[in-house]
Amino acid sequence: MLAITIILLVLLGVVVLAGLALLGIYNGLVRSRVRAREAWSGIDVQLKRRASLIPNLVETVKGYAAHEQEVLENVTRARAMLDQAGGAAQAAQADNVLTGALRSLFAVSENYPQLRANENFMALQKELSDVEEKIAFARQFYNRNVQDFNTRIQVFPSVIIANMFNFERFDFFEAEETAREDVQVSFGSTS
Amino acid sequence: MPEQQPVLIYDRIDGNRRNTFVLLTVFVLLLAGLSILFGLMIGMPYPLAPLVIIPFLIFAVISYYASSNIALGISGAKEVSKEQEPELVRTVENLCIGAGLPMPKVYVIEDGSPNAFATGRDPDHAAVAVTRGLLDKLEKIELEGVIAHELSHIGNYDIRVMTIVVVLVGIAALMADFMLRLTFFGSGRRSSNKGKGGGAAMAIVLLLAIAAAILTPIAAQAIRFAVSRQREYLADASGALLTRSPEGLASALEKIAADPDKLESANKATAHLYINNPLKEHKSFLNNMFTTHPPIEERVRLLRAM
Repeated sequence: MLAITIILLVLLGVVVLAGLALLGIYNGLVRSRVRAREAWSGIDVQLKRRASLIPNLVETVKGYAAHEQEVLENVTRARAMLDQAGGAAQAAQADNVLTGALRSLFAVSENYPQLRANENFMALQKELSDVEEKIAFARQFYNRNVQDFNTRIQVFPSVIIANMFNFERFDFFEAEETAREDVQVSFGSTS
Repeated sequence: MPEQQPVLIYDRIDGNRRNTFVLLTVFVLLLAGLSILFGLMIGMPYPLAPLVIIPFLIFAVISYYASSNIALGISGAKEVSKEQEPELVRTVENLCIGAGLPMPKVYVIEDGSPNAFATGRDPDHAAVAVTRGLLDKLEKIELEGVIAHELSHIGNYDIRVMTIVVVLVGIAALMADFMLRLTFFGSGRRSSNKGKGGGAAMAIVLLLAIAAAILTPIAAQAIRFAVSRQREYLADASGALLTRSPEGLASALEKIAADPDKLESANKATAHLYINNPLKEHKSFLNNMFTTHPPIEERVRLLRAM
């Protein structure tokens, strides 16, 4: 009788401990997911800010270089792509396209000294390069959080909990390796 | 130069956390041993130690909340806005985004000597201060490295760790002081209450207590400085992780160390805050053990090896 009681108590203890461990793992996963989402909103804020600068930039450039239709359209189209992007992977792709389009636009603007001297244009150029830098830092922070979360949901034992509660992987926000440097180069005045 | 094996930055950060933990554990054990001796000395196990700690805790709580204002006040730092110092504020903003920290207040100290410090009890009440000399003499990538180092202090809760360590050192010193006084003024009365065996045991306790009272404050200070140096290495490593470019901080440290100017507003009380010791003391073995910062050459070597 006593032996059975002890065995039952031990079993109960094991069950309680296992439950606590599961709870701990589950909370850890949720916390990590919250952090990754927060990090995403850090990128999102900067992407929105970048997108909001584009119409003004396009208008300003049109005033001096209206016949550079193609370049301007590329920028507008890339901006629309960014607006419609769902999820990190698509947003990253759209952002990279926008970076490329802006790069050509600023390269073309070299041919219009009056445009380059326009105060509004200069301010926009400065602000866009600031946003670009901030996106790079936000991306770094986001990707580090995503890496942490994605690792957690793939390693034992938390992978069991992750599967039970359908924790899904986050996409990395991947920029072309050279994006950051290239933009800085094109924002200089030589090339 | 001996070839240093490249060490992953992640490993370095983990190692530093471990070292700080070990040092703090040793510290707490030291204090525990001291209070047991103290208790035995006055005839009861674990008696007065809590009472000794109370005034210190009050002092600690006050300094915990006031310390950053005091530090900023003493150093003569002035808060700056984005309009006044666009490049500095933008650098801080960007690195905060990268580190996932809230934006701290930014201060400038009008002094030609390049240096910087961070303060504040947690990331929501943090401040970063840099000297005019730092802004004038450093390249952008070097400034980024320095700011990243300071933000890492904030992110790693170093100010909190160091406050705790300083309180522990203070408690150790105070206890040691009490014990020395008791030995000289209070022992006769007490030992007469005991029997013969008790007297012999008491003599041993007294001897131990005197030794402990003399050695503990020294050991406590040494540990405090060791913890501080660990936090510096850790901030170097996490700062390098943040900027992805250890070279920026490495060359900034070299410039800061090579600069002949002395920071006017720094003194012994605030020296430990800065990215490099602003007092430019000369080096010796003892100085190495009782300094808050590791030697610049060593920090640069480790950064370059990352």
